[in-house]
Amino acid sequence: MATATAETILSQLATIINEVVGAETSTISPESSFSDDLGVDSLSMVEIIYAAEDSFGITIPEEESKNLRTVGNAVAHIERALADA
Amino acid sequence: MTDLRQTTGAPGSHILGVGAYEPRRVVDNAELCAWIDSSDEWIRQRTGIVERRWAGEDESLLAMTATAGRRALAHAGMAPTDVDAVLVATVTRLAQFPALAVELAAELGCGPAAAWDVSAACAGFGYALAQADALVRAGTARHVLVVAGDRLTDLTDFHDRATAFLFADGAGAVVVGPWDRPGVGPVVWGSDGSQKDVIRQTLAWDAAVAKGQPPFITMDGQKVFKWALTDVVEVTRRAIEAAGLRPEQIDLFVPHQANDRITDAMLRQLRLPADVVVSRHIRQTGNTSSSSIPIGLARLYHDGLVAPGATCLMVGFGAGLVFAGQVAVLP
Repeated sequence: MATATAETILSQLATIINEVVGAETSTISPESSFSDDLGVDSLSMVEIIYAAEDSFGITIPEEESKNLRTVGNAVAHIERALADA
Repeated sequence: MTDLRQTTGAPGSHILGVGAYEPRRVVDNAELCAWIDSSDEWIRQRTGIVERRWAGEDESLLAMTATAGRRALAHAGMAPTDVDAVLVATVTRLAQFPALAVELAAELGCGPAAAWDVSAACAGFGYALAQADALVRAGTARHVLVVAGDRLTDLTDFHDRATAFLFADGAGAVVVGPWDRPGVGPVVWGSDGSQKDVIRQTLAWDAAVAKGQPPFITMDGQKVFKWALTDVVEVTRRAIEAAGLRPEQIDLFVPHQANDRITDAMLRQLRLPADVVVSRHIRQTGNTSSSSIPIGLARLYHDGLVAPGATCLMVGFGAGLVFAGQVAVLP
């Protein structure tokens, strides 16, 4: 996945978020707060993290997943994880 | 060397009848929120539960499992004396011995049937059904009464705002007998004792007695949720494959009712056909542990949703951690 850019990661992550909580992908931006803007609660977050791990082939440790407040935080984490892979 | 004779059984086993018992007392979220700091909206949103059923003093484990067992026998059109093994899945029998199954066999009039309890928490029904299927196919038993019953409220901390709204009581049963082809598919089951603390009893009985405190059920809900999404989904997929079926051949899906959100998440992963009927009775019953799957089966019959010969996918998962998935053809 050397070609993954923040933009493609965002698009793929938005699809996952849409499947889990139904938020429209067009409304999902890096600034979107998972809890305040997208209605993601802790259970939905577990599901989103798992789907992202599966889809990007990375792992997001539990302690780090707790710090992912916005979609942009998650995109940055995934980008780093892919670069390290 | 002397050759011994052994029994030979039927090519397959088949569920012949289904029955359940749900306690009379219905406790809605508003009633519960009188003593826990929560709200109807929060409980519904996080679990799907609208109300649950709690057993009264006269609705003992024996009373509930006996009613479920009688209903399953009646549905199968069979007499108690036709049963030669009684299995009870439970983890809330508060006496260590004798087994509840033995008392139940006598209560129902199953005569000298072999009888024992199965301890596999919320996967208990699947474990017991797998044993019943194997007994019938081996010719060790001809007709097996498989009963699951739990009174989780005996081990519920009613002031724990993380669990008090989840747990409830109930019983369910099926009668399993011989068939000329497999009517219960291979079980996909197992355990993961490395996660024994994810759902556990706060105190073992000896410690509880020493401290003079009752033990309660406690769990890490997010860990259970992630486990259900990953391992349990995989088990469910393998149960379909093990029966030689494709997802589009499944008519009914009855997962253990741990949380409606787990069912939602599993469905997103499993991608079963849109017309599969899915049990979601946790909304009315709460989490009844081992009995949730047979209660689900009985409710599907009650609602007229079971066509004879329907294929039903079942998966139980819970404290241990333990899991069991299988497909069965329903009568």
